[in-house]
Amino acid sequence: MVLLQDLSKSYDKGNVKAVEAVSLEVPQGELFGLIGPDGAGKTTLFRMLTTLLLPDGGRATVNNLDIVKDYKAIRSQVGYMPGKFSLYQDLTVEENLNFFATLFGTTIEENYHLIKDIYQQIEPFKNRRAGKLSGGMKQKLALSCALIHKPTVLFLDEPTTGVDPVSRKEFWEMLKRLKAQGITILVSTPYMDEATLCDRIALMQGGKILAIDTPDAIVQQYPEKLYGVRAAAMQKLLLDLRAYPNTLSCFTFGEYFHLSFKDDHAGAAEDLERYLESKGHERIGIGEVTPTIEDCFIRLLKQ
Amino acid sequence: MRQFLTFIKKEFSHVLRDRKTLLILFGLPVVQIIIFGFALSNEVKNAKIVVVDYAKDDVSRQIMNKIEASRYFELEKRSLAHHEVEAGFKEGQIKLAVVFPANFGADLLHFNRAQLQVIADASDPNLANTLTNYLSTIVMDYQLALNENQAVPLQIGTEVRMLYNPQLKGAHNFVPGVMALVLMLVCVMMTSISIVREKELGTMEILLVSPFKPVLVILSKAVPYLILSLVNVASILLLSVFVLDLPVKGSVLLLFAESTLFIITSLSLGLLISVRAQTQQTAMLISMMGMLLPTLLFSGFMFPIENMPKVLQYISNAVPAKWYYIIVKSIMIKGLSLSAIWKETLILFGITMFFLMVSLKNFKIRLA
Repeated sequence: MVLLQDLSKSYDKGNVKAVEAVSLEVPQGELFGLIGPDGAGKTTLFRMLTTLLLPDGGRATVNNLDIVKDYKAIRSQVGYMPGKFSLYQDLTVEENLNFFATLFGTTIEENYHLIKDIYQQIEPFKNRRAGKLSGGMKQKLALSCALIHKPTVLFLDEPTTGVDPVSRKEFWEMLKRLKAQGITILVSTPYMDEATLCDRIALMQGGKILAIDTPDAIVQQYPEKLYGVRAAAMQKLLLDLRAYPNTLSCFTFGEYFHLSFKDDHAGAAEDLERYLESKGHERIGIGEVTPTIEDCFIRLLKQ
Repeated sequence: MRQFLTFIKKEFSHVLRDRKTLLILFGLPVVQIIIFGFALSNEVKNAKIVVVDYAKDDVSRQIMNKIEASRYFELEKRSLAHHEVEAGFKEGQIKLAVVFPANFGADLLHFNRAQLQVIADASDPNLANTLTNYLSTIVMDYQLALNENQAVPLQIGTEVRMLYNPQLKGAHNFVPGVMALVLMLVCVMMTSISIVREKELGTMEILLVSPFKPVLVILSKAVPYLILSLVNVASILLLSVFVLDLPVKGSVLLLFAESTLFIITSLSLGLLISVRAQTQQTAMLISMMGMLLPTLLFSGFMFPIENMPKVLQYISNAVPAKWYYIIVKSIMIKGLSLSAIWKETLILFGITMFFLMVSLKNFKIRLA
């Protein structure tokens, strides 16, 4: 389990606050997601928890071990996959895995059962150099390397960045299987759609945590009704929607604009449709939508 | 221990699988030895010299014939007035002048000693040095032959004058210089780059977040380069013995021991650079500017330290390559043993310990 209390870290003599007083708790066996855009402080947080950086303030424990005092003990218990981790390009798949297994004082055979599901997919290429693997395969190899010493806590920093959608999906299925084996997993991602795959998530921005809860609870806490609006002339539609007096918020979401009303009375949608017709819009579509994590995130950012 | 060996094996794979690294590692010394070796030896053959013969006796004529017979010299004009010699030097036509004073032969026979003067154009100090050495050898040869049937030995003193660069000292030999240069370059650059590459790849983070001790990471980086550098030393020595006919006069074992010490100095310098540098390019630039230049300037290999201003002479004392250069020269060329170079060895050892301590102290067990 992982416990953080007011953990802070700043760079550049305190001018850049990368992580500001973050507190959270991840119980054993949970798949916890840190969701946030680039520069939110996810990597800094991970580096502190993996004892690579010293915090400026607050404290944190991993498996009840202090991240400053007991760094040696933590280093032998956790698995870590850094964001820019790209393995040794000039070593083969098998050599990479062998190297990391030996480094952690174990062998591939000893813990093969842990990585079997993942490693089997890349085993046909075990004599290929890591530099010649595809993004998805590299990621699987990196995960195998991080898992080979049977860690109790796994830190994955943006493991799916730069990986194709199919491999991403497979990757998350693997994480679920690892979770089932009792491994605590902290994973960070800039992809909002991956948030729903976690047990609990923390939305992070500018070094601060905006919300921590299960993905469902975060979505349910969205206070207003949300409508998806589209029309033929999208550019003009955005300007008109923003000019509409009853608009509380309106932002682009895929092919739609997500809009909420200040006064969401019955018939508010019809009022809007009439307003848009009067502005000369064609093929207008308005319908209620369920908020997504991204909607929640954008709303929290605006506060 | 198994971890350590696996790590070393991994490092070897990195080096052996990268053609560019291999080329720098083993191509560089070979190319340098060959370039330096042949650039020097080609010029020495058939150097034009003049003889100013005031004596005009048997002895001076015999020495002249001996000089002419050697493949190193080509006699330009047999006799010239003393003042004409300088004109010849200024035109660049002649490289060396030999002056026999009047009564040279008579002096030798009556007083058992005579002086002859050798004047060299030392604007190219290495060439001047080589030529005067050759000439002295020829005169010595002649003297030995004369003395074979003499009860009281006859002595011919050669008075050497270096024109344009009178302070020139000792025969410069480039092999010790190339050794210092190559070891410095290979060790400093290769270690710093290989450590910084781990940082760039992000693998350093993994290495740190592992039970493997950070100090061992460094050690296992150093061992392969130590071994490869010793291979380099061996190949330079083989080249110099078999291609350049420059034998190792002193103990080869001692030479390797001193080289190991110098390699450790270079490795710790490389480590120090890798602590600071964040990218491979930075590491390379610092190694080049910070190591290569001082080595070239202050080792005494290219420019005689004695000719430098006092301040620079003091600075040169801090350059490990200077001491290594002196040590290698003493062992290889002068054939001296450890008792003659213990002082230099001690200084080099001190510098090594200093850099090793500083770099180990600076090595971070964390990222920042």
